[in-house]
Amino acid sequence: MARSITNKQKTINTAFAWGIGLIIFFPILWTILTSFKSEADAIAFPPKFLFFDWTLENYAVVQERSDYMRFLWNSIIIAGGSTLLGILIAVPAAWSMAFVPSRRTKDILMWMLSTKMLPAVGVLYPMYLIFIKMGLLDTRIGLVIVLMLINLPIIIWMLYTYFKEIPAEILEAARMDGASLGKEIIYVLTPMAIPGIASTILLNVILAWNEAFWTLNLTAAKAAPLTAFIASYSSPEGLFYAKLSAASTMAIAPILIMGWFSQKQLVRGLTFGAVK
Amino acid sequence: MATKASRTAARIMMAPAVILLLGWMLVPLIMTLWFSFRNYLPLRGGDLGFAGFDNYARFFSSSAFWPAVGATMIIVIGTLIITVTLGVLLALLLDQPMWGQGIVRILVIAPFFVMPTVSALVWKNMFLDSVNGLFAHVARFFGAAPVEWMIQAPLSSIILIVSWQWLPFATLILLTAIQSLDSEQLEAAEIDGAPKVKRFWYIIVPHLGRSITVVILIQTIFLLSIFAEIYVTTAGAFGSKTLTYLIFQRVLESQNVGLGSAGGVFAIILANIVAIFLMRIVGKNLDS
Amino acid sequence: MGRITLDKVEKRFGDVQVIPPLDLTIEEGEFVVFVGPSGCGKSTLLRLIAGLEDVSGGQIRIDGNDATMIPPAKRGLAMVFQSYALYPHMSVRKNIAFPLKMAGMDKAEQDRRIDNAAKILNLTDYIDRKPGQLSGGQRQRVAIGRAIVREPAAFLFDEPLSNLDAALRVGMRLEITELHSRLKTTMIYVTHDQVEAMTMADKIVVLRAGHIEQVGSPLELYRRPRNLFVAGFIGSPKMNLIAGAEAAKHNATTIGIRPEHMGVSKTEGMWKGRVGVSEHLGSDTFFYVHDTGLTDGITVRVPGEFDLKSGDTVYLTPDMTHLHKFDDKGLRIE
Repeated sequence: MARSITNKQKTINTAFAWGIGLIIFFPILWTILTSFKSEADAIAFPPKFLFFDWTLENYAVVQERSDYMRFLWNSIIIAGGSTLLGILIAVPAAWSMAFVPSRRTKDILMWMLSTKMLPAVGVLYPMYLIFIKMGLLDTRIGLVIVLMLINLPIIIWMLYTYFKEIPAEILEAARMDGASLGKEIIYVLTPMAIPGIASTILLNVILAWNEAFWTLNLTAAKAAPLTAFIASYSSPEGLFYAKLSAASTMAIAPILIMGWFSQKQLVRGLTFGAVK
Repeated sequence: MATKASRTAARIMMAPAVILLLGWMLVPLIMTLWFSFRNYLPLRGGDLGFAGFDNYARFFSSSAFWPAVGATMIIVIGTLIITVTLGVLLALLLDQPMWGQGIVRILVIAPFFVMPTVSALVWKNMFLDSVNGLFAHVARFFGAAPVEWMIQAPLSSIILIVSWQWLPFATLILLTAIQSLDSEQLEAAEIDGAPKVKRFWYIIVPHLGRSITVVILIQTIFLLSIFAEIYVTTAGAFGSKTLTYLIFQRVLESQNVGLGSAGGVFAIILANIVAIFLMRIVGKNLDS
Repeated sequence: MGRITLDKVEKRFGDVQVIPPLDLTIEEGEFVVFVGPSGCGKSTLLRLIAGLEDVSGGQIRIDGNDATMIPPAKRGLAMVFQSYALYPHMSVRKNIAFPLKMAGMDKAEQDRRIDNAAKILNLTDYIDRKPGQLSGGQRQRVAIGRAIVREPAAFLFDEPLSNLDAALRVGMRLEITELHSRLKTTMIYVTHDQVEAMTMADKIVVLRAGHIEQVGSPLELYRRPRNLFVAGFIGSPKMNLIAGAEAAKHNATTIGIRPEHMGVSKTEGMWKGRVGVSEHLGSDTFFYVHDTGLTDGITVRVPGEFDLKSGDTVYLTPDMTHLHKFDDKGLRIE
């Protein structure tokens, strides 16, 4: 509402909102701070907030002891790979649904979304069995495929909504101008949809990065990403707070930054357009 | 844009996605259904033949079933109440004019991007631990005895962790909904003489109604299958075993695939009941 | 180059017949306008010619060759869309170059044609801008530029002026007409605005519900509308249509007389009535005359100014040489 408001009211709003914002953010902040403490400072009573000996030692120890880079690399490959593979499959499908709709398009889209709602645990053993039979257990390629499949409905859905915003006449113009279907998609549709495709990639990298059912149950040592790496801290290393914090900070930092850029897409991607 | 050639192209280009999702849905689903009628114990002789409805009977009558249903419901409902209530309030607050709105938004949304294993472990160890946790420190500071959160109140602890993760989601969606409210509507109501409280109840709340429904439905689907938060905190101990976790234990820990699959079929049916309501809303929106 | 023949072309969407079998020939170099109320199938017909929709039956020939199954990209036609359909991520130059690039034309020839088109359309100053930075009229010119560089067999225009404001529309109308006389390429132009049709066309095709009601030059349509629909559709303000006893006097079911073909007098004339609303445009004056006992309201147009007020009695005298007669099927009687 474009409405003038007293500075007093605005100050109260600001103080209140910042207070609550900081409370909500506090666990993350505390984790980041703790990651720079010595183990003794980390559990000190009363808690040390900013005045302690800042150290990077924990990061070094975490990397050295548990080969953090390997888990990070697995996470990158699994999240990035599953998203890109998903995009490659979803772009043509979303093009079809957005620009050549038929009577069944809506049903197909709804059905695709509904597959997203299947509880993973319901099909845990079959997936486990299939993975063993196909030699995919504890492989990155196996996880890339599974995460691609669980996120494919969201990718298709998001691209579909973005493509719908592109006027069909522009694609028809390209066709009149002599572009084949492939050229139409490469030269006209994709450049116009770049912002939408980028947001879709962003959100799905986040979802894949944080996925913690299949990554925990279908990996052991080789292909385990950061979710599993952190889970291994549940005991007894978890008691070393500074190291746990360092490991956690490293696991969430990249995605936290990406997440802040994708707030708006979050709504679009996760509500399937039910909220506008 | 509808020539025979383009329709054919569309069908071809949709085929990979449709086939993959169809396979992804049907193959494991049929296998689960099949296993649920078999007496299947991979470590104790493998497939021991047809079991009829024995697995279902045993799953539903086992002593762990009802507690698991109870734990699941407490977690889902508790989290929903907290996230929706706080979400509405927070969304209303964030919609007010203030300095640094963007930054506050970022602070509030951040927990959603923390991977579940991290948030569960950080909360469990650094906040809820009865010796060195921050909550214990605070309790001691006030002279109270620290609480063994994970043992004495495991469900509340899990609700706290999960609510922290999902509050941003509820807030963000409700904020989007509030911001989509036509401000002319509110101004018209103001000119019509409706005081602030009435404007909230008669205009904002009905407007938010559908968004709240969507938040509830989507969260329910995700909350029914929370896993990592329990896996790394209590591992299902102390009465915090949810349906998802129970099924997981039956399948992978005790390797009773038949029994676990019967539970899996139950979980799928449960999720589908919620999904039907959600898909109805989505479908309506697709039409308009 | 540019003779288009439609032979029993029809279009159905499912069970709904949008265009019943239809024959039409568009001669080389002609400016043909498809006109009709919205939903009459004129845009669909254009899209069939373009190849953006499949025909359900019949044959489309371009320069004698069967083009029915040829994809739009290969028909050698260029189209200007209602929304201009410019590529928003490309500069004006790139937009215009796109069809040439798709055709694999060499760079020097591309540049020559683009510069030439830019000069014709006064686009040289904007050539490196993106469409988003252009006004409606400029965008329209870019869309036309993109069409002319291809040197197509025919241009297709789909209501190209409907997004422009009234003043600009008149200007662009002239520009397109001038372009036609310069290029002498076949143009097919779709509009719902009969003024555009009358001012631009060599040949007008009046469509209703997918049927061709009449084909002819603007003045043929004006002078000898073949049926009641065309009589009512062509001309502004609309022709007065009178049924009943007055029509029977002329051995017709309905008679029609255009507002400009009536004499007006304060004292004597054939039909007596009372002035309702009057509109004074300066150049002309329109009166809406009631209580004539003929039909609900009669519109009459008088050149210049004429002093009559609301409520005054007025006498109208139709010019019998411009009287149109229609039979009980609505068809013209000669």
